[in-house]
Amino acid sequence: MAFFNAMPGAITQGIIWGIMAIGVFLTFKILDVADLSVDGSFATGGAVLVVMVTAGQNLYLAMFCAFLAGCAAGLATGILHTKFGIPAILAGILTQLSLYSINLRIQSDMANLPLSYMNYHYPITLRNIIPSLAICGGVAICLIAMLYWFFGTELGHALRVTGSNQSMARANGINTDTNKIIGIVLSNGIVALSGGMLSQYQGFCDVNMGRGAIVIGLAAVIIGDVIFGKIFQNFALKLLATVFGGIIYYIVITLVLNMGMKANDLKLFSAIVVAIFLAIPYWRNKLKQRFHKPQNAIKEATDNA
Amino acid sequence: MLEVKGLYKTFNPGSVNEKKALNGIDLTLNDGDFVTIIGGNGAGKSTLLNMVAGVYPVDAGSITIDGIDVTKLSEHKRAKYLGRVFQDPMMGTAADMWLEENLAVANRRGQFRGFGWAISHNERKEFKEMLQKLDLGLENRMTTKVGLLSGGQRQAVTLLMAVMNNPKLLLLDEHTAALDPKTAANVLRLSDKFIEEGHLTALMVTHNMRDAIAHGNRLIMMNEGRIILDVKGEEKQKLTVEELLNEFAKLSGSEFANDRALLAN
Repeated sequence: MAFFNAMPGAITQGIIWGIMAIGVFLTFKILDVADLSVDGSFATGGAVLVVMVTAGQNLYLAMFCAFLAGCAAGLATGILHTKFGIPAILAGILTQLSLYSINLRIQSDMANLPLSYMNYHYPITLRNIIPSLAICGGVAICLIAMLYWFFGTELGHALRVTGSNQSMARANGINTDTNKIIGIVLSNGIVALSGGMLSQYQGFCDVNMGRGAIVIGLAAVIIGDVIFGKIFQNFALKLLATVFGGIIYYIVITLVLNMGMKANDLKLFSAIVVAIFLAIPYWRNKLKQRFHKPQNAIKEATDNA
Repeated sequence: MLEVKGLYKTFNPGSVNEKKALNGIDLTLNDGDFVTIIGGNGAGKSTLLNMVAGVYPVDAGSITIDGIDVTKLSEHKRAKYLGRVFQDPMMGTAADMWLEENLAVANRRGQFRGFGWAISHNERKEFKEMLQKLDLGLENRMTTKVGLLSGGQRQAVTLLMAVMNNPKLLLLDEHTAALDPKTAANVLRLSDKFIEEGHLTALMVTHNMRDAIAHGNRLIMMNEGRIILDVKGEEKQKLTVEELLNEFAKLSGSEFANDRALLAN
């Protein structure tokens, strides 16, 4: 029964992390870059939102600034990667590390800051789960609609080509460096936005709230892809699958916690889930090759003859 | 149309792997020239094309396309003057994107890419007509992912993308080497057709001496980063593979060594 009572909360958190995972989708799936700066930019989003709201700023302005702060973090990673020639993973780690200090500065050297619902009455909160769920769902759908439009534009195509085939991109006049930066900036902006949403939902921000975010994001992307990949071919549906992936991930987490798993073991559990889901397509291919080898060899031989 | 002056390129300078790829290349192409380039392994044929395309920076020398000095322009910036087809059929197209999306990307080569729709309705019609010219039935597969097409189909599509909007210079880098003979012949036939229809200026690297003689109006032979033979017009039409091989031995003082050429001839 406890599990079912926890359902709406799990789904709401799942949607928030699903929005975060859309950011990861942009880099991991579209740009083919694993960007680890999201662990830092997620907390940055939370920090900026809480600090601005508690300073009396408008909530929506604070959300927008959280988005911009994430974009700035992405810009740092993008420049480190393309202009400094640092491998994407390392560039992300450098940004993530430096963001830890920056986030502490934003939070005036406090490891966490409360955001009192009593004083600020923000829309997404654990105290009002069902409306929060609706709002988060609405944000996710708006975001998907905007990205669907964006990736249908010339610039959006340039970004996709950059991720798919860099030589072809350059041969067709696309600046691959610029496009990688744009993609990483956009991704981190979305991640920070979701960080801002989570800090509202839980009523505080914490410098450690982004730890392992990349793993949760990947989990959502991969779970969504493995489960819905076959039926969801359209780009918007793929993004939706990512959000569903986040929801499924949180339902599973709620389930295992209810079954008595220690909360401290969650990160280990997440890593194992991601490792398994990452391996599934690889194993599937290997099995296929093993079973189809003879026929393929015959086919190739006859094709070449 | 193309003017290459005193072009030098050394890879891995100062190391045991040092390779002098281009050793002072001077080459001028007139409007409408279709030049075939042959040469042994490591002669610098592909390097020359890649240098013109801006893949590597030059050590010394200059490259001018239609009066514009492109020597210092980055690869994506000079792309607007060029159409390129690579040896590897996988390299010229984006596998995860639809056929029409690939064509639309090529159609905007050299243009600013903003928030306009990536493909317009008119373009779809144009693309359909263009694909019909390939005669591969691809006009009915506009929303197929290019990765699902065969190597030959992808190479034909890359060729179509390269000749879109009449580039000032078409660079074909052994673009039929990875294809089976029948498909290769078809792609070559299409190359001829597009070059003729668009009055394009073209550089084609090939390993096949017969193709080098049969196509284009001018033939260049390279060895050790230099141009050692340059024949045009009637003289070129009369060439035979044997004469070329003899000429090569005479000019370079060695046997013509190209793994693929030996297999192909």
